[in-house]
Amino acid sequence: MPEIQGLGHSRKRVEDARFIRGRGNYVDDLKVPGMIYLDLVRSPLARAKIKSINSEKALEVPGVLAVLTGETLKEYDVHNMPTLMNEHQMVLPLDTVEYQFQEVAGVLATSRYAAADGVAAVEVDYEPLEPVVDPFKALEPDAPLIWPDRPKWADVPEEERSNHIWHWEKGDKEATDKAFEEAEVTVKENLYIPRLSAAAIETCGCVAKWDAVEGQLTLWMTTQAPHAIRTVFALVTAHLGLSEEKIRVISPDLGGGFGGKVYVYPGYVIAVAASIVTGSPVKWIEDRTENLGTNAFGRDYHITAELAGKKDGTLTALRIKTTADHGYVDAAANPLKWPAGLFNICTGSYDFKNAFVEVDGVYTNKPPGGIVYRCSFRVTEAVHTIERLADLMAHEVQMDPAEFRKKNFIKPEQFPYQSVLGWEYDSGNYAGALDLAMDMIGYDELRKEQAEKRERGEFMGIGISSFTEIVGAGPSHSFDIIGLKMFDSCELRVHPTGKVIARFGTKSQGQGHETTFAQIIAEELGIPADHIKIEEGDTDTAPYGLGTYASRSTPVAGAAGAMAARKVRDKAKKIAAHLLEVSEEDLEWEQGKFFVKGSPDQAKTIQEIAFAAYTDYPQGMEAGLEAVSYYDPPNLTYPFGSYICVVDIDRGTGEVKVRRFVAVDDCGIRINPMIVEGQIHGGLTMGFAPALLEEISYDENGNMYGSSFQDYLLPTSVETPKWETGTTVTPSPHHPQGLKGVGESATVGAPVAIVNAVVDALWHIGVRHVDIPMTPPKVWALLKEHGAALEQ
Amino acid sequence: MSNHHIRVTVNGDVQEADVDARLLLVHFIREDLNLTGTHIGCDTSHCGACTVLVNGTAIKSCTYFAVQADGAEVSTVEGLAQNGDLHPIQEGFREMHGLQCGFCTPGMMIASIALLEQNPNPTEDEIRWGISGNLCRCTGYINIVKAVQYAAEKMQE
Repeated sequence: MPEIQGLGHSRKRVEDARFIRGRGNYVDDLKVPGMIYLDLVRSPLARAKIKSINSEKALEVPGVLAVLTGETLKEYDVHNMPTLMNEHQMVLPLDTVEYQFQEVAGVLATSRYAAADGVAAVEVDYEPLEPVVDPFKALEPDAPLIWPDRPKWADVPEEERSNHIWHWEKGDKEATDKAFEEAEVTVKENLYIPRLSAAAIETCGCVAKWDAVEGQLTLWMTTQAPHAIRTVFALVTAHLGLSEEKIRVISPDLGGGFGGKVYVYPGYVIAVAASIVTGSPVKWIEDRTENLGTNAFGRDYHITAELAGKKDGTLTALRIKTTADHGYVDAAANPLKWPAGLFNICTGSYDFKNAFVEVDGVYTNKPPGGIVYRCSFRVTEAVHTIERLADLMAHEVQMDPAEFRKKNFIKPEQFPYQSVLGWEYDSGNYAGALDLAMDMIGYDELRKEQAEKRERGEFMGIGISSFTEIVGAGPSHSFDIIGLKMFDSCELRVHPTGKVIARFGTKSQGQGHETTFAQIIAEELGIPADHIKIEEGDTDTAPYGLGTYASRSTPVAGAAGAMAARKVRDKAKKIAAHLLEVSEEDLEWEQGKFFVKGSPDQAKTIQEIAFAAYTDYPQGMEAGLEAVSYYDPPNLTYPFGSYICVVDIDRGTGEVKVRRFVAVDDCGIRINPMIVEGQIHGGLTMGFAPALLEEISYDENGNMYGSSFQDYLLPTSVETPKWETGTTVTPSPHHPQGLKGVGESATVGAPVAIVNAVVDALWHIGVRHVDIPMTPPKVWALLKEHGAALEQ
Repeated sequence: MSNHHIRVTVNGDVQEADVDARLLLVHFIREDLNLTGTHIGCDTSHCGACTVLVNGTAIKSCTYFAVQADGAEVSTVEGLAQNGDLHPIQEGFREMHGLQCGFCTPGMMIASIALLEQNPNPTEDEIRWGISGNLCRCTGYINIVKAVQYAAEKMQE
């Protein structure tokens, strides 16, 4: 019998066997007989009226079969589609395009080369319109209205239409304003957190196969949430005769996701429509420019934040005003009650009595999105804000930033902690994590080194980020995606020989669920993880769940796995009592077997019990050994950590070099320490990237900068720091196994540690803040402005 | 468009085909030969997911025509394991947790093999430079470096 390999075991990954042999099953690997190819005509302009689309020359290209336009889709009433925020976005336009690279028409052909030739031959006559790129200009009274034909304005008088989408606020404004009036010290800063692209190495795509005889749609697609997607397709295509039991969404192996594969992109819908129109299976795969240019974005928050406190360093109040650039439509994938995600976690790791936060969503001529890039619903923006401000305040009251944080942390005995902005933090030991990080990096020695270097004119900085995450969405009373409650699920079946198949409502994109979910069940049943097969991603076989994003798989689906296993154990106990001819009360559980109290030799292993479940079960009991759990978490989980970063700044070039980076993470109990470490390494790298390299920006005409890897700079192995990691363990009190989730923590916590280090290095010359990405030209300009640049 | 007859040895098997002049090597490998372990990530030779060996040199097959490989020996991830035994680089990636989503992995392993051919005992910095033409979005590279070190040691045994 193999080792059980339950919680805490660095089990090697099951998935690797196929990936290291080139035997993964990614969507572009799929070939279906008779398959044709879809490629998309996209707008070169950020805003324009479409005067005409001429397909004649395209249809003359050898291999081109058809050209689909908005008019084609309108015949089926699928030219618009709903977003997850109860708005509509265009699948293909009828009148105007509202961002650069927007889908304009679809070309179908017998090969991808012919489809691309067809795209080049479609003639679109555009009348350029003035784009609105800046969200603040979009709010001005005379700003042009973006997408005037949007369905939600059909019954709204013209004077009430504007580019302002929604206003959201939380907290006590009056009490907070009063606290600011009475404050001994205040600090204020404007922060811009730029647009990012998730940029998984695999782009998005699908194969859509419509079978008109069976009325069956099979859609293999790059999705992190196959079940929700199936329901959305069922709801919006019911009038075409599609029915949910005959829609099968299969999410094969995903080459990374990071939130970018939660969304429904027009390409998927066009592929489905194309398969219905032509009767052939249709493949659509994005190229990299399409992926960077049109996929849902992350961040793009313009933040003004203020802190109030006492001279002794005690924090008293937090006030934040934010403008959120949503692109031409609000197509974020937030829970409906939370249009700004969980941004009200912005009080962070600190014990505030007063706080007020407000966010205004705005339309601009950019692609939609909002919460991608490994960030659990706007938590990165919240952490960036509070940790930047905490550092400013520490410097202002002339306290060491570490001491300042410890003075204001929520204390271990205050948990469960009710935050002034409405969250109940489950557990934490913030000072414990910071102390460990300071020990690991040698904090006091570094401060001495910094002082010595400063004497010599060398710029070195030390930055801290003590973040609190909020993940595991979420409890049904508060969380839903278009009305679907955010539970997750596990169906677990034990076969007669004691082997298991378990299916989940989530979908791994590299997290290693096939490995770790087996460990969760192994822990509960004592069946070796090697005997437990995990499946996800096929809506015909897996139980309904909301999918994998926002670090929710472990806290929600993982809990469902543990609960399903416990139900199986409950039935196993009845069978064991029958086999041992004792009452259930006389039995005790030890991992893998039930034994008679006081008589450990009288025992039945879980494998023996499984066999009996099919061969020798008690009269009146149903055969079989299986269970289902739909887990509705009682609360969110709150992983946390403290990161310390050391940077050296080249005064001649402005280059920021991350010399050391210590990351102490507390994600509760760790299922598989090897995989947790790996996720932290990757998360830190996706925190380092926006701090120093990545940004999507637009010129005044709405032309995108960053539409290829030539100028959207993913870190390579050379720039990426050599991460040093540490662990503390504070279990979640409400998760059945004490787990919290970890996928996004490092991306949330890391960027601001690097910013704080850079500002710390430059504080003495008068620098108070730097927006990310802190590129060499930007930092060199700051050095020059403050008379500290070295010039040959 | 001109059509060309090519003869390419892929993982030891001779393959003959008539291909368009513009057919990219990566499409020839993936779609004509059904060897889908070699991936496409960027189309612009930045990400390296499509890295294969042509006559022992690592090249990015998304910016290389199939006709350029006429007469050449091409090696892809599918050819690494021999008689069911994993190549040391495959073992290294599994043992050191050098992969997560697995999409960059075949290209990363091929690039690592090319590095180790030239430099059987590389330093950490040499490994980092050696694989810097291949992007990974999941791992932060630390465990990939360890995987290459594992393979280097194993290959010298």
